[in-house]
Amino acid sequence: MRKSNQKPVTRNQKKKKINKSQVENLIFSRPRSMRDVEMHYCAGCGHGLVHRLICETIDELGIRERTIGVAPVGCAVIAYDYWDFDVTEAAHGRTPAVATGIKRVRPESIVFSYQGDGDLAAIGTAEIIHTANRGENITVIFVNNGVYGMTGGQMAPTTLAGQVTDTTVEGRNLKRDGYPLKILEMMAVLPGAKYLERTSVHSPQEVLRTKRAIKKAFQTQIDNRGFSMVEVLAMCPTYWGMSPIKSADRIKNEVSTFYPIGVVKSY
Amino acid sequence: MKKKILMCGNDACGEGAVLAGCRFYAGYPITPQNELTSYMSKRMNQTGGVFIQSESELAAINMVFGASVAGARAMTSSSSPGISLKQEGISYLAACELPAVIVNVQRGGPGLGNIAPAQGDYFQATKGGGHGDYNMIVLAPASVEEMMTLTYEAFDLADKYRNPVMILADGLLGQMMEPVSVRSSEFGVRSKKYEKPWALTGCRGRKPNIIRSLLLAEGALEEHNKKLQEKFGRMRKAEVRYEVSNEKDSDIMLVAYGSCARIARAAAEKARSKGIKAALLRPISLWPFPSDILGELSGQVKNFLVVEMSAGQMVEDVRLGVEGRAKVDFYGRMGGGIPTGEEILNKIEALA
Repeated sequence: MRKSNQKPVTRNQKKKKINKSQVENLIFSRPRSMRDVEMHYCAGCGHGLVHRLICETIDELGIRERTIGVAPVGCAVIAYDYWDFDVTEAAHGRTPAVATGIKRVRPESIVFSYQGDGDLAAIGTAEIIHTANRGENITVIFVNNGVYGMTGGQMAPTTLAGQVTDTTVEGRNLKRDGYPLKILEMMAVLPGAKYLERTSVHSPQEVLRTKRAIKKAFQTQIDNRGFSMVEVLAMCPTYWGMSPIKSADRIKNEVSTFYPIGVVKSY
Repeated sequence: MKKKILMCGNDACGEGAVLAGCRFYAGYPITPQNELTSYMSKRMNQTGGVFIQSESELAAINMVFGASVAGARAMTSSSSPGISLKQEGISYLAACELPAVIVNVQRGGPGLGNIAPAQGDYFQATKGGGHGDYNMIVLAPASVEEMMTLTYEAFDLADKYRNPVMILADGLLGQMMEPVSVRSSEFGVRSKKYEKPWALTGCRGRKPNIIRSLLLAEGALEEHNKKLQEKFGRMRKAEVRYEVSNEKDSDIMLVAYGSCARIARAAAEKARSKGIKAALLRPISLWPFPSDILGELSGQVKNFLVVEMSAGQMVEDVRLGVEGRAKVDFYGRMGGGIPTGEEILNKIEALA
């Protein structure tokens, strides 16, 4: 695990008197919903960005004290170490089932699950489809980086054709390994799914778009409209075997042509 | 005044849960426990609770996990093959110290087996079933009324220890009908309220709560295990339940649980009428197992005869309790076969 060398900006700095040199500190201050700890994610990984966008959204919507998160199994397994609100773990892929149980017992809470492509689109396919189909009023943040990071870079259901992984050493062979799964498009046909959008975090512009999508998804839940999900295309430089910059370029030029960015369904 | 109601065991189990304040039920249909799922769909609706017919047993146990995380009294039920699917979730519940009640109305196995009554899931229920070092209290009702009272009690035990509790019944108990004496006001008085400051309710006015079983820091998981084992130790001391009759005056002690105990009791009584000093020990808690009483009895009883609807599972715990101080025999039927009183009596007579 690599650790960020960047020194985190603490919340205390907010309280200090503002002068021009501190304006930047304010902009990059840590959201209230985010713990003041270093993350374990690799350099150039998309998870940290998405974690932060969720926290910013929760702060801006003023729902931190109503929020209950469900963390997955995968690279984001210890997301609760980074989020400063109530969070539970879930067994691999059962994340939406756990979120369902929480939300049905506490409809007044804002409940979201955070899942990777293995958790959501492989082992947990049944749970995500049926949770959406029941129209559960929860929000799902689905981080798709097309590879199993935590276990050492094996093929994911979302791995692109020809992509080299630990278990597709000659590239994903569609005849042998099947096709990359477009789960968001599959879910679009479900009446219970109310808001579905695919975004990316490969550029500042796309990061901002992702934040708008996450906010819209949470707002969908706050407005009791039903199931909402944002699929975020994210970089995995470590297991894509390329630099963070090249990884961002890969999303722009390759991944997003197969997984188009945009709103798939909106109420 | 007590009211007598004719109910089937599955319905009685559901009513016990409702009386205990169960607020959440998730389940997937499987015979021979379908009456329970159906009953809960009606009763949760009537009492303002939540009923979900889940897409699978996996989803059901994990919905229960979520409901328990949020502080609700929650239950799921199934029969043998479905309970196998729930084992991962039960391990997580135990690891995260979450209360929940799981009902297994056993059927014949292994595999898809059949839908007849069986007791082949004893090992799975009492020795772990899921992965890792954990235990849960396992209660074995032997009548429709106990399907209600023990389920009711299971919710208190689950909350008391923050641990899953299993009701281990079988298809016979689930489907047969018997009069049940209910005075629901008594239940209400006995039901305990447990504060749940650990539950996830949103972090208003407090530090965030985290529910987790992943402990990667060096030694952290071992410490957590020690804490769990200390708790299981307290459960072992305080929660042993059994029923025994004629123990002072018996040569042959039958040991049986659940519906098998009903047949064994009748066989013991018949033997007694024939002048054979037979008696019955009925474990009600299968975990913790009533080992101490077996130790005491083994000084005076010549023969133990364990009767099960399995190839011989509980008999291993009886042998551990007896520790070689008396002879332990076994009679069992498998694959949905039910021992008859006559078969058991023949066995008793052969031992006498």
